[in-house]
Amino acid sequence: MYLAAIINLNHPAHYYSVGPFSISAGNAVIILVMIAIFTLALFLPFPHGKADK
Amino acid sequence: MKVDPSVKWSGPTRPYDLIKELAAAVLVIGLLAGGLSFLFSSPDEPAVTLKSWAQTNPVDFAQTATGELAGTTTSTSYGPPYNNAAKGMHFGILKLQDWSGVRIPIDPAKSFVLDPLASYNDIAGQDAVIAWNAATADQQSTWATGYADALGKATTATEVADPSNLYGPVPTLITSLLNMAKGGALDGALLTSDSTLPTNFTKPLLFLADSEGYFAAKAEEQHLGGEQWGVMNETGSWPGQSWLWLFSFWYQVDPFKSSDNADTIVMLMMGLLTLLLALVPVLPVIRKIPYKIPIHRLIWKDWYSKKL
Amino acid sequence: MSTSWTTRVRKATLESYKPEDLLPDTQPAYVASWIYIFGVATIAAFVMLFATGLWLTLEGPAWWHTSSIGHFANSMHLWSVELFFVFMVVHLWGKFWMAAWRGKRITTWVSGVVAFMASIITAFTGYLIQTNFDSQWISTEAKDGFNSIGVGAFFNALNTGQAILLHVALLPLLLGGIVVWHIILIRRKGVVPPIDNDATLEGNK
Repeated sequence: MYLAAIINLNHPAHYYSVGPFSISAGNAVIILVMIAIFTLALFLPFPHGKADK
Repeated sequence: MKVDPSVKWSGPTRPYDLIKELAAAVLVIGLLAGGLSFLFSSPDEPAVTLKSWAQTNPVDFAQTATGELAGTTTSTSYGPPYNNAAKGMHFGILKLQDWSGVRIPIDPAKSFVLDPLASYNDIAGQDAVIAWNAATADQQSTWATGYADALGKATTATEVADPSNLYGPVPTLITSLLNMAKGGALDGALLTSDSTLPTNFTKPLLFLADSEGYFAAKAEEQHLGGEQWGVMNETGSWPGQSWLWLFSFWYQVDPFKSSDNADTIVMLMMGLLTLLLALVPVLPVIRKIPYKIPIHRLIWKDWYSKKL
Repeated sequence: MSTSWTTRVRKATLESYKPEDLLPDTQPAYVASWIYIFGVATIAAFVMLFATGLWLTLEGPAWWHTSSIGHFANSMHLWSVELFFVFMVVHLWGKFWMAAWRGKRITTWVSGVVAFMASIITAFTGYLIQTNFDSQWISTEAKDGFNSIGVGAFFNALNTGQAILLHVALLPLLLGGIVVWHIILIRRKGVVPPIDNDATLEGNK
């Protein structure tokens, strides 16, 4: 029994292939999110409170 | 200010609420997981059975079952831990598969075909088992190999007529087994052969794993095959196991892709790479990369710019 | 050295750590970057895995196939796994670029790698016990990998009962222990100071 979700992922995935490399859209999104949050963590300003001075 | 990093920090500090931070993190990640679950749910491709196999692709079932008798399937020539029919994989003098021994003994012909039929309420099948067991190994091989060829040539047939009795009891064995599977009795028979209340699915899964036209084909439809980066993938469009990218990678390229010992080589290599990851702090060149490429200037940019 | 086991354990544990080091309310002023959230985010995902895992144990391994609440519990467990690995790997990237093994923290780095590997193995047993087609396929493929190095004779990927007990009992205890070890090492050594403040790197960069 499959429960319907808001966004239905129950269909064949899209794959991106270059040479021997092939990645599903889902995995590609996960990896891109990881790179994005790492980059954001490097550049986003970090809040400082009064006690920091 | 220059300090010895192994000594406790005695410089400026800032207030820090460890428990509040952990509580906030659990709340945020909990909400994130809940949100993702609500939006995307999770995959649940229904399990297959010997019954679904026999009903969906009876030709593949018949060919695979004949292969078990003929000794041409993967399980019949696997080697340890199931049998000594072949040598296991090795890497040079490291024969880890052979050294582990036959600890899960499986004789596919007996386990998947003959024993279930001997207990099934089909007189023709039971008689065929008796006839098979009474024959010599050479005779059994001639019958089974001949029938496997005939089925292969017939391509879409689940049985082939045998007016000249070239195949002995094999056609009856296979047809009876197919009917037993279609009715659902074979699943139960294989599962309960070692234990009355089973949790060990070795026999039905090994039999299924010998199927190319059904089990492997179903997996390949979902890009789960070894040469499709399958180890990383999930059924449907859900993200899979992206952390297994490097393990999957080796199977896509030579020399591993076409090696008979691919699994041993890849497992040992990943073990070595894991060890190297653990040793990064002492590896020449690698351990100096953070100093050569100073990403740390971004990490500690606030501290470096307002240093006291 | 006392002959009392109790005294020796107390000296090695309670008396080796000051309470304010185990549960500090200050941290060095340089711990001021978003990079530092990924360790605690990983732990939070681990907590969610425990919670959703326990929820799933209440009704057994096949519950989620026929219950929509069960399916939601399964979804939360799966997405917690994805979040767990996302944050763990980004945490690893951060620790590499900080050269966080400095100042006698090599064991901390090693304990992290061990935790990473133990997590992969624990996750693997989880994928094995989904009781659906994915778990059937994974088990028949994985057996080849394990068999090829002789491990399959002792850990049978096709034995679902074994996989369930490993995933729900042995491996969470083991992984939990490794994570606690990792955290205690960090509390013991403190957060590594920045590279430009490191006196031991003079002329050695």
